[in-house]
Amino acid sequence: MRAEDLLIPAAEGLYCPPGDFFIDPLRPAARAVVTHGHSDHARAGHGAVLATRPTLDIMAIRYGAGFAGATQAAAPGAVTRIGEVEVSLHPAGHVRGSAQVLMQWRGFRAVVSGDYKRAADPTCAPFEPLRCDLFVSEATFGLPVFRHPPALREVEKLVASAALFAERAHLVGAYPLGKAQRVMALLREAGWDRPIYLHGAMERLTEYYRADGVELGDVRKATGADRAALAGAIVICPPSAMQEAWARRFPDPVACFASGWMRVRARARQRGVELPLVISDHADWDELCATIVETGCSQLWITHGEEDALAHWATTRGLAARPLRLVGYGEEDAGDGAAQESAA
Amino acid sequence: MNRFAELLDRLAFEPSRNGKLRLMTDYFSRRGDPERGMALAALTGSLVFAHAKPGLIRALIEERVDPALFRLSYDYVGDLSETVALLWPRAAQAPAEAGEQGFAPTLAEIVERLSRAGKRDLPGLLAGWLDALDETGRWALLKLITGSLRVGVSARLAKTAAAALGAREPDEIEEVWHGLSPPYPDLFAWLEGRGPRPQTQDPAPFRAPMLAHPVEAGDLDGLSPADFSAEWKWDGIRVQAIRAEQGGRAIARLYSRAGEDISAGFPDLVASLLSMSGARFALDGELLVVRAGAVQSFGALQQRLNRKSVSARLIAEHPAHVRAYDLLAEDEADLRERPFCERRARLEALIARLDAPALDLSPAIAFAGWDDIARLRLEPDHARDAAAIEGVMLKRLDSPYVPGRPKGLWWKWKRDPHVVDAVLMYAQRGHGKRSSYYSDFTFGVWRDGAAGAELTPVGKAYFGFTDAELRALDRYVRDNTVERFGPVRVVGAGAGRGLVLEIAFEGLNRSTRHKSGVAMRFPRIARIRWDKPASEADRLATLEAMLPQV
Ligand SMILES: [Zn+2]
Ligand SMILES: [Zn+2]
Repeated sequence: MRAEDLLIPAAEGLYCPPGDFFIDPLRPAARAVVTHGHSDHARAGHGAVLATRPTLDIMAIRYGAGFAGATQAAAPGAVTRIGEVEVSLHPAGHVRGSAQVLMQWRGFRAVVSGDYKRAADPTCAPFEPLRCDLFVSEATFGLPVFRHPPALREVEKLVASAALFAERAHLVGAYPLGKAQRVMALLREAGWDRPIYLHGAMERLTEYYRADGVELGDVRKATGADRAALAGAIVICPPSAMQEAWARRFPDPVACFASGWMRVRARARQRGVELPLVISDHADWDELCATIVETGCSQLWITHGEEDALAHWATTRGLAARPLRLVGYGEEDAGDGAAQESAA
Repeated sequence: MNRFAELLDRLAFEPSRNGKLRLMTDYFSRRGDPERGMALAALTGSLVFAHAKPGLIRALIEERVDPALFRLSYDYVGDLSETVALLWPRAAQAPAEAGEQGFAPTLAEIVERLSRAGKRDLPGLLAGWLDALDETGRWALLKLITGSLRVGVSARLAKTAAAALGAREPDEIEEVWHGLSPPYPDLFAWLEGRGPRPQTQDPAPFRAPMLAHPVEAGDLDGLSPADFSAEWKWDGIRVQAIRAEQGGRAIARLYSRAGEDISAGFPDLVASLLSMSGARFALDGELLVVRAGAVQSFGALQQRLNRKSVSARLIAEHPAHVRAYDLLAEDEADLRERPFCERRARLEALIARLDAPALDLSPAIAFAGWDDIARLRLEPDHARDAAAIEGVMLKRLDSPYVPGRPKGLWWKWKRDPHVVDAVLMYAQRGHGKRSSYYSDFTFGVWRDGAAGAELTPVGKAYFGFTDAELRALDRYVRDNTVERFGPVRVVGAGAGRGLVLEIAFEGLNRSTRHKSGVAMRFPRIARIRWDKPASEADRLATLEAMLPQV
């Protein structure tokens, strides 16, 4: 049996013929399994969607209640039969509700990782290692230059800077789903007990995290806050907001950006970042390699990111590796106006 | 080293000039001698030790990391030092084994060891330090040791920060600088009011240059043409050529505009200066390559730049030349306070007296009004060297020679660029600020091929766009790649798809090296035409019509 009988990389995303469904399809599909709520993976307009309960909630927040014809919530590890295939969703540790897709068919096991990380994250369930024959891994940070430092240490840098420049506001660019809430939870862990201010675009998702049981402490709206209160404050906003007129309301802001890309200086400089915070919701190089080994897979497919390096590494380990070169993933919620324009 | 690395790291991310000055002045005031002096030397490019070649650093990393992974990483990061700093494996042994005193080495210690180290000691020394330092320390060390410390700080800015220790002007440091050597204890003592002003022993010092303002719309209104002198703006590099004598010995020196001593790269000019028996002067002019009396392209001059040594053949094929336009000192006299017209008259007399083949005068342009200048700027009547003229310079006849860019004394008025619409064909990742993004773009225009219209590449551009546009272009390249050749991505382009780039450039030459037969000078992306279909981009015939007539 070939892996391609179970899974085919198509322009719309990964297609499973014996189950007749797509995983994270980029265009409206009759039947979709969705790994997590980032906008490049979770799109509106599918006929039927299978996903975890938080992912369905997040999609409803983003697209409205009627985002799909029908929805089905899968409990972690519970098996759903779609066509000839037994499908189950398992925590991926990426953002709240994020899941890997395990497909079992005629004794063959394939896992599609979606986006994942192995580092601890107080806002979501930890990644669950699964044994499989075919592993489809993301490779956003698939180069050995990407080794994420402990996220708490990065947040401590932010806290120290806010203490040092007590008259300036610290604007932290973070993706609205997952990263923003993780940074807030980490700030609490680092002992920051003052209010955290929030850009309007993040309010609903943050409210959802809190309602779903994530402790974030005193979180307030940045809009309308007293300018004096914002001196020395930490404000979380979408990365794109840092260059907008919105940012001018803050006293002499320090531009911070929480992203795995900040590990490369040129990326930080290019965005005008003064305080880069290397905090990522994706596996770094060491985590990618360790996870691939842990799955025991004999075949590795690699999607969005730096596919070539990981494929090379896997080949030297005797794995059959294939870069999928799927287009359309990897800009999770960047909120980058220019990038969206060009993609249109 | 870790403190210095932290400084460099913060400098690299600090966008404002004032912020950089604050960071450096703060560092100089907190750190003692010799550490801060070594830091000042590093920031001004004044440290002398045999730099590690990139090959040595590659060899070190390839012993530790799969070469293919190194290559992919380097292609992504775009900077050797940073790539190695990020890739360097965590030291297996305790860091204590590495540094001389059992911990991370200091900058002064590194510089001192390097100055004593032989070539064969270098790899072991470097590997030990890399094991002992953290990622920022490794990055800073590699930058230092390869002689490529670029953190957006010029030598001038570092000196300005040091001058601020004693509320002094940077020019005061500049005047004594060439008599000093690292770690500058006398300089810091003077700046902190603990010692006398250091004596300059240099008989051929650099003098900070005077710069011109670009002419913007309306700038010339209300100015009287009769108050100004005009000359061509040459497309070379600005130099100071100095001949001095000390103890009966002649000294000749060439400085770049930034005060860097570039004499070693121009033995032909140095020999010519030395042969001018008895003359003592410091003149300001343009370094050009002049062959058979005609100024050669900037490309020809580039062959001579940034070389530590030059072959006789290179000198013969690309003879260096100074075209003088100002005289800063002659014999004992410092002329910088004198009006331009007086300096110019003395310069003309000096050049005539010297009568040297490698030195001539940048001619004055005769003009009656600003309209003449506007026309000449576009169509220089200096027929032989028209291609080497970038525009015109306007200098107030009564202007003293003021270092920096004083208001209203000198103006530069450049030729306007040409513009064509071209189609993006290939992309590669860039270096420096643009690294890790697809940011080096090859573009083409249409011509008739065997099977109908086809694109032929006409140039490469890697600047002219904003940061947001760079991210959009990177995304476009990744989404529209149709083929890859190593690091090069072929971007889908044809009648039905493709991205049009409006390219601005300074001039066009015939070229046998390019398939299209034309080569652009200083092409840059003026606008991204997301809106324009590729089929409406320009044709090669449009470019051919712009070629200079032979
Ligand atoms: Zn994601
Ligand atoms: Zn993703």
